[in-house]
Amino acid sequence: MSPTNSRVDVRKTYKLYIGGAFPRSESGHSYEVADSLGKFVANAALASRKDARDAVVAARKAQASWAGRTAYNRAQILYRIAEVMEDRRPQFVQATQQSEGLTAAKAEKVVDEAIDRLVWYAGWADKITQVVGNANPVAGPFFNLSTPEPTGVVAVLAPQRSSLLGLVSVVAPVIVTGNTAVVVSSYERPLPAVTFAEVLATSDVPGGVVNLLTGSAATIAPWLAAHMDVNAIDLTGIAGEPALATELEVAAADNLKRVRRAPAVEPDWTLDPGLEPITAFLEIKTVWHPIGI
Amino acid sequence: MSGTSTIPDPGLADATRSEAALRRFLHGLPGVDQVGAEARAAGLGTRSIKTSAKEFALDLAIRMVDLTTLEGQDTPGKVRALASKAMRPDPADPTCPAAAAVCVYPDMVATVKETLGSSGVKVAAVATAFPSGRAALDIKLADTRDAVEAGADEIDMVIDRGAFLAGHYQQVFDEIVAVKQACARADGEDAHLKVIFETGELQTYDNVRRASWLAMMAGADFIKTSTGKVQPAATLPVTLIMLEAVRDFREQTGTMVGVKPAGGIRTAKDAIKYLVMVNEVAGPDWLDPDWFRFGASTLLNDLLMQRTKMTTGRYSGPDYFTLD
Repeated sequence: MSPTNSRVDVRKTYKLYIGGAFPRSESGHSYEVADSLGKFVANAALASRKDARDAVVAARKAQASWAGRTAYNRAQILYRIAEVMEDRRPQFVQATQQSEGLTAAKAEKVVDEAIDRLVWYAGWADKITQVVGNANPVAGPFFNLSTPEPTGVVAVLAPQRSSLLGLVSVVAPVIVTGNTAVVVSSYERPLPAVTFAEVLATSDVPGGVVNLLTGSAATIAPWLAAHMDVNAIDLTGIAGEPALATELEVAAADNLKRVRRAPAVEPDWTLDPGLEPITAFLEIKTVWHPIGI
Repeated sequence: MSGTSTIPDPGLADATRSEAALRRFLHGLPGVDQVGAEARAAGLGTRSIKTSAKEFALDLAIRMVDLTTLEGQDTPGKVRALASKAMRPDPADPTCPAAAAVCVYPDMVATVKETLGSSGVKVAAVATAFPSGRAALDIKLADTRDAVEAGADEIDMVIDRGAFLAGHYQQVFDEIVAVKQACARADGEDAHLKVIFETGELQTYDNVRRASWLAMMAGADFIKTSTGKVQPAATLPVTLIMLEAVRDFREQTGTMVGVKPAGGIRTAKDAIKYLVMVNEVAGPDWLDPDWFRFGASTLLNDLLMQRTKMTTGRYSGPDYFTLD
């Protein structure tokens, strides 16, 4: 019998999350992920443009029924994600520590904030209409009501530095109102996103509502920005790359996508996000209804 | 009525002389290796078709589409819209070829014909108590003649699966021969006859091979997998067996017969798999709308989306194409 410390390492190759399943990249490519000190941690799938295309198809398919759920139900599901994250807390702490090089205490705090942010956004599901919608006074015998509706399929370039809190802060506001998302995770720090995908798969989120691609935003984003069946794109993940941002904005103009512009530097994710991340991906519909006499 | 079809090969003419001879011939066909056929079909499905080959395949597939609507809710307006789409599948791109035909129920043939005019797009009509085929022969023949008189260029008939499965091959044979005669037009030409087997109901691949030979010997111009009303509809292995049958039939008799898979082909990727199989199994002679067709409705939009992706370089979406 061999001594107890001779166990062979289980070397992991993580996969993508598309349409509720975990496929390998269509290209077959993967890349090595290192921790903050440069030590090998695991392999992650390197998403190709065809994975992005498949993800858009999955997101489109899921969108109508996700938007058709009651706001109350979407809130429940977002809250459920927070619950499952709480159960997996040690794994998230470790992943965040590894990828962002934080101390254990700081990593704990980041995970806390990420979970709290989900709960916070979950609460907005059935309240956002009251805040940004309106009953407009008009000069005639009509009810004139403005209500927000989801934009549709949203491509999200997740922040490169804040791999968990930043990710949750850009995904939750998109899906809470009934949009579906195709998310490109941080390139160098994809592992919290991979664990987040595993949480999504086990927390009542319908397949296709969130699709997570690990890989290079610079490679995949131009295809998403030009894709005629994507309704909006969040460029947060390419903060500080104005040339690429301009290129993507030009490509996005072809089908009049909504664009949430790239900031000059990655924002401080611990601050109160406000409602802008939600309202950026809403359309206001106004209906006129005659008042009965 | 047996023996009325003219088959050059004396061996095959013998085979159709009597019910017993027909049964002997059909049951004497080599059995299909089920595992082998499925593996071959799956293997051909993995071929990678890219760039200029893909462009060629997409345009060819569009030209091969029999744009189909066979619903109880079909209105003249809907079939007119479909006919317009068949003539100009992508109004935004004049280089996009037209579809092969519009396939409708017989009562809609006149409406479609009027819309298509001299565009070259053909009108196909399903006849013979489609999709079940459960009616008396004279009703089936009247159904066929009606469609032909209304101007149908092609008739899609269903075989009597009950009779076929019961082993009454002569009855099925005679019926196809009779319908073929009913396809005669006043101007002396025949409407093309496509014979639908409904392979989903034939149970075995051996039966698909037998039905293929039976129909070809009875004078079918095309053999077609399914009505689209029964699952499973067209599959790659079934089409493979039918392609082998038309290849062998031409080798034996010199007569070329077309193949039409119908139902369940929804993506451009699927369509290209079929085209690869046509090329590899039957041969490049069949890579033509005269000899191979797709019976489909949703397929066309996916082909158009892929085509748009090839020409514009960006992925397209269903918002930019008509639903029907």
